[in-house]
Amino acid sequence: MSVTTIGEIVRGDREIFPPYLYEAYQSTRRRAPSLPLVEVPLTISELTGPGPAISAITSEDADLTRNAGTGGEAIGQRIIVVGRVVDENGSPLPNTLLEIWQANAAGRYLHKRDQWPAPLDPHFLGMGRCLTDREGQYRFLTIRPGAYPWRNHPNAWRPAHIHFSIFGPSTLSRLVTQMYFPGDPLHELDPIMNSIPTDAARKRLIAAYDHGVTEPEWALGFRWDIVVRGDFATPFESNGNR
Amino acid sequence: MLVQPETKGTRIRIEGRVVDGDGAPVPDALVEIWQANAAGRYNHPLDEGPSPLDPFFLGFGRSGTEDDGRYWFETVKPGAVRFDKNRLQAPHISVTVFARGMLNHVATRLYFPDDPETEHDPILHLVPEERRKTLIASREEAGGAVTYRFDVVLRGALETAFFQAASAPA
Repeated sequence: MSVTTIGEIVRGDREIFPPYLYEAYQSTRRRAPSLPLVEVPLTISELTGPGPAISAITSEDADLTRNAGTGGEAIGQRIIVVGRVVDENGSPLPNTLLEIWQANAAGRYLHKRDQWPAPLDPHFLGMGRCLTDREGQYRFLTIRPGAYPWRNHPNAWRPAHIHFSIFGPSTLSRLVTQMYFPGDPLHELDPIMNSIPTDAARKRLIAAYDHGVTEPEWALGFRWDIVVRGDFATPFESNGNR
Repeated sequence: MLVQPETKGTRIRIEGRVVDGDGAPVPDALVEIWQANAAGRYNHPLDEGPSPLDPFFLGFGRSGTEDDGRYWFETVKPGAVRFDKNRLQAPHISVTVFARGMLNHVATRLYFPDDPETEHDPILHLVPEERRKTLIASREEAGGAVTYRFDVVLRGALETAFFQAASAPA
């Protein structure tokens, strides 16, 4: 049995979410809260959230191979990433905004703080967004991102990944996470992935190759489903807190 | 920028810095806010009023931090929203911070120092007394414009009180 310290107090389920403080990930040492979190009941401020309103106004932009607006196509292995967004009861979350960002095929972000000697791609921004459909399904067309070095420890490399941001129905469902690719030898060397407490939870971050999603003569398909904290609308209403 | 010319309510500016456990600015944080409109209504299907929606106010804002850790929003002061059948919450803004080096985001609230309801707020009262001041912005006025300053301290003795949502509604 491991002992839970204050630094390990997490937002949600300790089996799934990483602690704020994970020593092997050096930046957490200065950025992780050290005092106990204050447990608060769910008021209308937490049970609501921007998800529904911004999902209604944000335009979709799910093709990262073309959305730089240059007229050119991003360089790299074209991939299709699909999946479903569901709540913890398995109910699909329709019409919810997903945002993604990622490095280019050479492993470089289009960002002033990323200056490592890998080429930028003028036809690739690395950002996209889409809304889930009525069954909670999303679909992005992009290129497979490269791995990149970081300075966390000597010879540190991040495995290839795509960042995902999900809003969902309330502030409780707000989630920012990362999707990884199957079979990557860098997984077990990565402190960010290893900060996830259990092997089962780590596996939830790895997409599956899906030959049914792969399109002939065009792009490889990957499937990655996302589970977010639930929609508490029903207990909220039955409690009569209106 | 959460406001348009047609938005109802008192214009305010929210400004502050995100700093780490060494007191150093966090130049790569993302700050998101979520708030009710000036009448105290959230733009969300669960909030059925009776306070009116404002078609010119969404209630969501997002700001990256600058090199000095600074972020800002131009918005309106939110109205009070309900706590339970009989009580209201003091006007407040929900604040969420994301950053590299934060394996989970943190959530907190901004309260207004010049609002008489702040000291009676039921959620603020759950925060240990010595830490409540970390959730109360400071007010500055210059040339008729009001700015509420709200620094978020991620770690250390002056750490902002962060929330963990209970698993059930109030």
